[in-house]
Amino acid sequence: MKLSMNYREIEGKSAGFWILLGGLALVIALAGGATLYMEHEGHYVTGMNNQIVWGMPHVFAIFLIVAASGALNVASIGTVFGKPIYKPLGRLSGLLAIALLLGGLIVLVLDLGHPDRLIVAMTYYNFKSIFAWNIILYNGFLAVTVVYLWMMMERRMNRYYRPAGFVAFLWRLILTTGTGSIFGFLVARQAYDAAIMAPMFVIMSFSYGLAVFILVLMASYNWTRRPLGDAVLFRLKNLLGVYIAAVLYFVLVFNLTNLYATEHHGIERFILLDGGIYTALFWIVQIGLGSLLPLAMIYHPTLGKSRPAIATAAALVIIGAFAQLYVILIGGQAYPLEIFPGYEVSSAFFDGQVNSYSPSIWEITLGVGGIALALMIVTVAVRVLRFLPESLEDAAVDPHAKSA
Amino acid sequence: MSESSKLADAARRNFLAKAGVAAGAAAVAPGVFLSTSPAQARPADEPVSSAKRWGILVDTTKCASDCSACVSACENENGWGSSEPNSSAEQKAHWIRSVTIKNKATGFAKTLPMMCQHCETPPCVDVCPTGASFRRADGIVLVDKHICIGCRYCMMACPYKARSFVHEDLHDQKPWAPRGKGTVESCTLCDHRVDKGEIPACVEACSADNHNALIFGDLYDENSEISKALKAKDSVELRADLGLNTGVRYRGI
Repeated sequence: MKLSMNYREIEGKSAGFWILLGGLALVIALAGGATLYMEHEGHYVTGMNNQIVWGMPHVFAIFLIVAASGALNVASIGTVFGKPIYKPLGRLSGLLAIALLLGGLIVLVLDLGHPDRLIVAMTYYNFKSIFAWNIILYNGFLAVTVVYLWMMMERRMNRYYRPAGFVAFLWRLILTTGTGSIFGFLVARQAYDAAIMAPMFVIMSFSYGLAVFILVLMASYNWTRRPLGDAVLFRLKNLLGVYIAAVLYFVLVFNLTNLYATEHHGIERFILLDGGIYTALFWIVQIGLGSLLPLAMIYHPTLGKSRPAIATAAALVIIGAFAQLYVILIGGQAYPLEIFPGYEVSSAFFDGQVNSYSPSIWEITLGVGGIALALMIVTVAVRVLRFLPESLEDAAVDPHAKSA
Repeated sequence: MSESSKLADAARRNFLAKAGVAAGAAAVAPGVFLSTSPAQARPADEPVSSAKRWGILVDTTKCASDCSACVSACENENGWGSSEPNSSAEQKAHWIRSVTIKNKATGFAKTLPMMCQHCETPPCVDVCPTGASFRRADGIVLVDKHICIGCRYCMMACPYKARSFVHEDLHDQKPWAPRGKGTVESCTLCDHRVDKGEIPACVEACSADNHNALIFGDLYDENSEISKALKAKDSVELRADLGLNTGVRYRGI
């Protein structure tokens, strides 16, 4: 039996809607102010320096960019893998992907030493640089996803919807491979320079993107009082469990391989044993709170059926994601470069020392602004266009679903 | 990319960089590029030639542990070091630095200068999205300040921590060493001096102090002092495992 799904704009007249929009606008304005301050004064007002060159803005930006490609997965499962229960979620999936990517890119661009030279970045390309490729991949992703959404939402274009979905799926895999390779291709540093970075980032994107998707889906259906059935929600949370486990597997293999090679013992010891904040973030937040706890909650016989618990698990995955990216990015830079193996090194330029970093309020505000922008785009888009199905109750998404 | 197009590319970039520098310099110090040059100077209208490859040999056995003449000379020549009052110690630029290394097993310690190693295949050039980070045909690795967007990916990629990012507004820069907030910079091998047939400031200062730990010259010229010295005695490149074929070589480590 073919189901006809009705999509409708949200009403968007409630006080809550305007409070949400106003709140997001305020955060974006604050982030704009922080950016103007940083760009006017220079990066000396940030916690970043010549040792830790990428800081909090990059943690936020990379989270958003990685989550963006992952958020599109829900649509891909419907289109590419033909799972009907995912199809009604496709529009929100595409929208979220675009919104998160825009939020991430704006943070990345505004942290540049010269954001005013964006036109240079768009017109001068060094094709050996994975960064240059990423500029093309990110812009292409936006274009491909817009077309995919158009095919999905415009009835006359529906027949092209499957090929568009295939292109978008392939593009997103290449995109996240490119993001992971930013680190994978860094031969100089002990913490990076590994081919596994690319597939690990792809798996991380599955997990981060789905966690964001689940939270946005639950919030939008809850706040608009539209029905969201267990069939959809439980399917999504079970999938999130699989993705969390997959990320854990990649983290395990990455660290095991490093532990086997003596030359990497220094960096492994630093992250796993005596790296202070990085060790704590790795074990307590990334592995404990961000992976094992949500995994247990998702598959727990009773908690796994509780909506607050599912939402909490998704939120924990996002907190764990930030910890993971912080450890990879900042921890990887904090560990000193091995220029003279076998020697103790010291200099006025902090050679041989563990580098310290304390993020400034400006950087954090800019990063949070990126998240706010992504949420603002989603909020406005579901208000003006038909992204959300009127109902996702079990009978609407799957005629064979048992009533809960 | 073919060798010839690479050369053309490098020459073009060099021209652009030079044109920018010249435009700035013309306003501040007219005639600075027109001054009479020593015999080996490269005429300003000729592109940089790949027939030469500039390099430095650092003989660490001659480096005194309390000497920082090369560092001071570079600061004076290129105008860094005291120009960033707001930046923290971690944020200040270092084009060249004195590094003390101590063998963990034996305790033997020595001091040596570290700067851009002017790699033949520089990771900073590979990763730069705009091509601002580039290598001249004669082996000098530079940053074109006009198209550097300040992304700092080159700093992530450099195995030698040779690059610095400028964290604040600067004033009174040297006309031959353009620096600016929001861009990345590093040792230029004093290209402005080399193009006039002179030697880099660090090398000159080391000789002036009678240490003679630094030898500058053309690695492709068999009869140059540096080539002879390299042929005569052992030397290493740092992080040789990366296969970057650096222009700066070290003896005694």
